[in-house]
Amino acid sequence: MANELDLTEFAEEIGDEGPVTIAGLSTRGGPVDDVRTVMAPAGIVEFTPDEMTVRCGAGTPVSELVSDLADAGQTVSIAPSGTVGGALAIGQSTMRRLGHGPIRDTLLQARYVSAAGEIVKAGGPTVKNVSGFDLCRLLVGSRGTLGFLGEVILRTRPVAAFEQWFVTTAEPDTLLRDLYRPTTVLWDGERCWVLLEGHRDDVVAQATDHGLEAGDPPAELPTGGRWSIPPAELKTVVGSGRFVAEAGVGIVHHELPAPARDVDPAIVRLHHAIKARFDPTGRLNPGVDVLAS
Amino acid sequence: MTGTLVTDLTAALDARRVKAGASSRSLYRKDASNMQGETSVVCLPETTDEVQACVRIARRHGVPFVPRGSGTGLSGGAVPIDGEVVISLTRMTDIVSVDEVNRRAWVQPGLLNLDLSNRLLPVGLHFAPDPSSQQTCSIGGNVANNSGGPHCLAEGVTNAHVLAVKVVLPDGTVTVLGGEDPEPAGYDLRGVFVGSEGMLGIATEVCVKLTQNYPAVRTMLMDFDRVDDGAATVSGIIAAGMVPAAIEMMDQLCLEAVEAYIHAGLPVDAAGALLVEVVGLPHELEDQVGRIMAIAQEHHVNHVRVAADEAERALLWKGRKSAFGAIANIQPDYYLHDTVVPRAKLPEVLDQVYEIARRHEIQVLNVFHAGDGNLHPLLVYDARIPGTVERVHAAGREIVEASVAAGGSLSGEHGIGLEKRDYMPLMFSDVDLAAQNALRCAFDPDMVANPGKVLPSPATCAEVSHIGLPPGAWV
Repeated sequence: MANELDLTEFAEEIGDEGPVTIAGLSTRGGPVDDVRTVMAPAGIVEFTPDEMTVRCGAGTPVSELVSDLADAGQTVSIAPSGTVGGALAIGQSTMRRLGHGPIRDTLLQARYVSAAGEIVKAGGPTVKNVSGFDLCRLLVGSRGTLGFLGEVILRTRPVAAFEQWFVTTAEPDTLLRDLYRPTTVLWDGERCWVLLEGHRDDVVAQATDHGLEAGDPPAELPTGGRWSIPPAELKTVVGSGRFVAEAGVGIVHHELPAPARDVDPAIVRLHHAIKARFDPTGRLNPGVDVLAS
Repeated sequence: MTGTLVTDLTAALDARRVKAGASSRSLYRKDASNMQGETSVVCLPETTDEVQACVRIARRHGVPFVPRGSGTGLSGGAVPIDGEVVISLTRMTDIVSVDEVNRRAWVQPGLLNLDLSNRLLPVGLHFAPDPSSQQTCSIGGNVANNSGGPHCLAEGVTNAHVLAVKVVLPDGTVTVLGGEDPEPAGYDLRGVFVGSEGMLGIATEVCVKLTQNYPAVRTMLMDFDRVDDGAATVSGIIAAGMVPAAIEMMDQLCLEAVEAYIHAGLPVDAAGALLVEVVGLPHELEDQVGRIMAIAQEHHVNHVRVAADEAERALLWKGRKSAFGAIANIQPDYYLHDTVVPRAKLPEVLDQVYEIARRHEIQVLNVFHAGDGNLHPLLVYDARIPGTVERVHAAGREIVEASVAAGGSLSGEHGIGLEKRDYMPLMFSDVDLAAQNALRCAFDPDMVANPGKVLPSPATCAEVSHIGLPPGAWV
């Protein structure tokens, strides 16, 4: 296949035996301690604006990717820190998830190195594809426990012509019900911050109609914990400490660590079965427990 | 043995909902593809518990099972191959709950796609995936095939609209994959279940994401003297940073067939026409309509017909969605293909499609999701003429090969099923396929859920050895 990264060297480095871990730029926790470390290849291989796709090495810094895409008026729904591979492996979406969708929907094709040291392709190069089991979904958020991402093809999206943050004391439920496709609605229990994108006149008209005042987004988000709760239950976090919640989504940036979650035993069994099939000796990112995070 | 199987199933459900007679079994031995097999018994459960009972009983008798929705699938995914128990979800059609604020609903899998959107009309919401079969296809079937539709260009296919799935796993356990919270613990099992064609278990309740209805809509029909100009217009629109709600294309033979069928005033003399729909807030909408018209003019558009009202919009869409009914006027049989190519390769691959059809002396109509490069060549023929079916299959294979060779995919929205199972090696190496099989085996080591689909044989599940694990390893 033309314009494909040669992953042979990366695969040889990973090999087929002994514990091994993968490092990006260590912005999301970094590699496993005291284990042989590899890094994925970096660099943008091919950006095709009229397909809205980009192919790059998993080691590519997200900031570099975002900057290159911006030249064509496009971007990618991945938080702009660390590497592309790190962001996908951790699987946390950006604060624009309400409007732009989750990070898992950006990955179209992945070429990764398996525990057996083989190069495996998952997904397909086109924006639409239902050929076979969707291993890309499995890889996003798998924290390097099933394979190490080498090269990815991502879906890009156009950058909106205009965007503006607003502040309001309206209830988040009211905003979610009344606004047309806000990009973000944040709520700290007392007020809301709203990000609107699109044509400037539409943004202004929506803001006027719903009494939104232009303002800055929250200066900082609490970093004690990232809670994930059903958005219908957001009101239950009031009184639990300082927080900023993503309304309509359910991510709560909280000053306290997220409460432990119960996981159904059937889900635990499936995780063990998948790990056993993909990495029977437990050599990839040893010790990382995706259910404990 | 089958007698006991039927007796046990009847005891778990009731006699009316367990069908082992020849006529029922004959109805359920095929779907909307041209393939068929055999089933030993058909069950029509109404609750998750009953689905679980069916799976457990089938397992106890050592008989695999095939989940089934409306049976509108085009790739043979719901065809029982060799006496499997068919578990039909068509009696599970409830909307269990709707959260209008956070825009989600729990629904049963047998609910029809369009029924869901129609019932949400009063609250201004809809389910975005809109397959052309949406009047008859079920949400569970959409989940199994990761279905698409014209409006998936901007909104994404089914996977982007499913938050959680309550499932009966192949071993009979009931659990929930994914969740209403945005980042459920662990692997995205919801994500791999969607599109798994009934091979990882049976969905008995689906939490779907709902989409706000559009404040304004503009639908345009643009016709061109050359298909290439239409295709170049599509690439131009995307390159300019616009993702319209839908961009569909029909070629001349298709326009003629549809016009003869519904009399919508379609441009039958044109080589091809684009149906472009733009939605959103008024200023953005006007801006995009203007820019799209300018791009079309650069590519020599003949006429632009803008739907004046909802009735005209509905008529244009009826033209698009009734293409498959219209072709009955041309030939008695058709074979619908489904491949994806990079948008820029559309003209080149379309030329190949015409050339392949000409060489095999088959008529071909093209009506497809141009915006995402999702081709639907429709081969029309008369199966009564000896040798025709063979030529149709040979042409079909060449079309699939040409699409994959152009950097495309085997299927955009119909799935692999039986139809394209043996084409999988065109796109995937043995190593790639082994990884897909590893996932399947993690869910279904005994291969009892819809066996024989998607993965080319021999795909087996070897025992996994845990011996040799380092201490403390997480498996």
